Amino acid sequence: MSALERIKHNFFDLEVIEKYAPSIIDGLWVTLHLALFIIVCGLVLGLLLAVVRSFQLRFINWLIIFVVDIFRALPPIVIMIVFYFALPFVGIQMSGFVVAWLSLTLVLASFVEEIFWAGILSVDKGQWEAARSTGLSFFQTLCNVVLPQAIRMTIPPLTNRTIVITKSTAIASVVAVPEILSQAGAAQGFSANTTPLTMAAIAYLLIFIPLVAMSRVIESKFAWKR
Amino acid sequence: MLISIVNPNDRPVVLDAKGIVKTFGQVKALNGVDLAVTRQELVFVIGPSGSGKSTLLRCCNRLEEPTAGAVYVDGIDILNRGININAVRRHIGMVFQSFNLYPHMTALGNVTLALRRVLKLSTRDANSRGMEALDGVGLTDKAGAYPGELSGGQQQRVAIARALSLEPKIMLFDEPTSALDPELVGSVLEVMRRMRNTGMTMVVVSHEMRFAREAADRVIFMDEGHIVEEGTPSDIFEAPQHQRTRTFLSAVTQK
Repeated sequence: MSALERIKHNFFDLEVIEKYAPSIIDGLWVTLHLALFIIVCGLVLGLLLAVVRSFQLRFINWLIIFVVDIFRALPPIVIMIVFYFALPFVGIQMSGFVVAWLSLTLVLASFVEEIFWAGILSVDKGQWEAARSTGLSFFQTLCNVVLPQAIRMTIPPLTNRTIVITKSTAIASVVAVPEILSQAGAAQGFSANTTPLTMAAIAYLLIFIPLVAMSRVIESKFAWKR
Repeated sequence: MLISIVNPNDRPVVLDAKGIVKTFGQVKALNGVDLAVTRQELVFVIGPSGSGKSTLLRCCNRLEEPTAGAVYVDGIDILNRGININAVRRHIGMVFQSFNLYPHMTALGNVTLALRRVLKLSTRDANSRGMEALDGVGLTDKAGAYPGELSGGQQQRVAIARALSLEPKIMLFDEPTSALDPELVGSVLEVMRRMRNTGMTMVVVSHEMRFAREAADRVIFMDEGHIVEEGTPSDIFEAPQHQRTRTFLSAVTQK
């Protein structure tokens, strides 16, 4: 076999592609759902935490910082394993999908909270003073004046972090979620051929290239004249 | 025919600050300052930087919490913990050195935000009142422009319109022209002159001595957290009583 034929046989075997395409596509849907749930819930929860933190209630702030630091420090795979294999011993049982969603949502929310918080702090003090001097309340000022500016400033780190965390859905295979990588791994075992990994790579590109492209659109749309 | 002249002393007091003390850590920014402003009066506050003039102004709408003293605006004790400070602040307009316009909103958006959120006007009513306010500062054609597209002078006039649209009982100006290029100062002072002529009560912290001379009813000279002396513009500028006032004025007018 020539080198070219070997590559073709191992990575682009048409028979294997045909046989395992349906299961990879199933995996693609699972990954897509998981990714969307994580993005929506992670961003919303992270924003909420940043808003709560801006009220500067000492005990609650300590709690937020403590929890957020833990979820930023732990590798996501460790969090998933703990949730999946350890929590059942204390009576909390969750499906692999829920574990993967919850773990990555908490990780994303933790990073997002820190990013939003940095954004809120970077808004000029004069903006608060101007708004409060017209009679706007603290919360009205936060929502109408400060957050819109904080969010715009933090769009690039926000989209980056969102993509990084969402890609970690691949490790959900360790908690038996039938997403792309776990489907591809199974297919690779059954077929004794690495072509399913090529298919997995293509499936990931199908999901994440549009996401990356979308983040660029959002970044340019939210930049405003200074 | 007898022309009756209103005695300023008969006019109601709009702002009454008594014995204001403000300390920042070890630093005493204000050391027992009294400031009473009657309706339609224009009070000018001058003094070297660090003399406490901005802090005094900021104590008058509680952007700074005084360490001691009392502040009454239209008879309301604004330092009382029980009052709704937001309801009080809409009656006290403030204009800042650095304009502090909201960069993500148009000029009209800047003016109407408080009209919509504080006065709870409908968008339509807020917009028409906002356009009136922009008309008052000569900027109706810039209603749709973002702050980044406006000159400093235009930005400051939008900031004035933002405060004026709430129909405040008193306007506080914190060095409104200090951040402006010299050629843009005139347009802002012109707006302030017009406000004065329509009877707005104003407290102005500024270094525009010529404007003080022609427009102020009373000039207050502050140094090191104290009021050193106060009087009519001619009192202060032509016959200052204190050495510190003379030193300051000669330093300012030399440049």
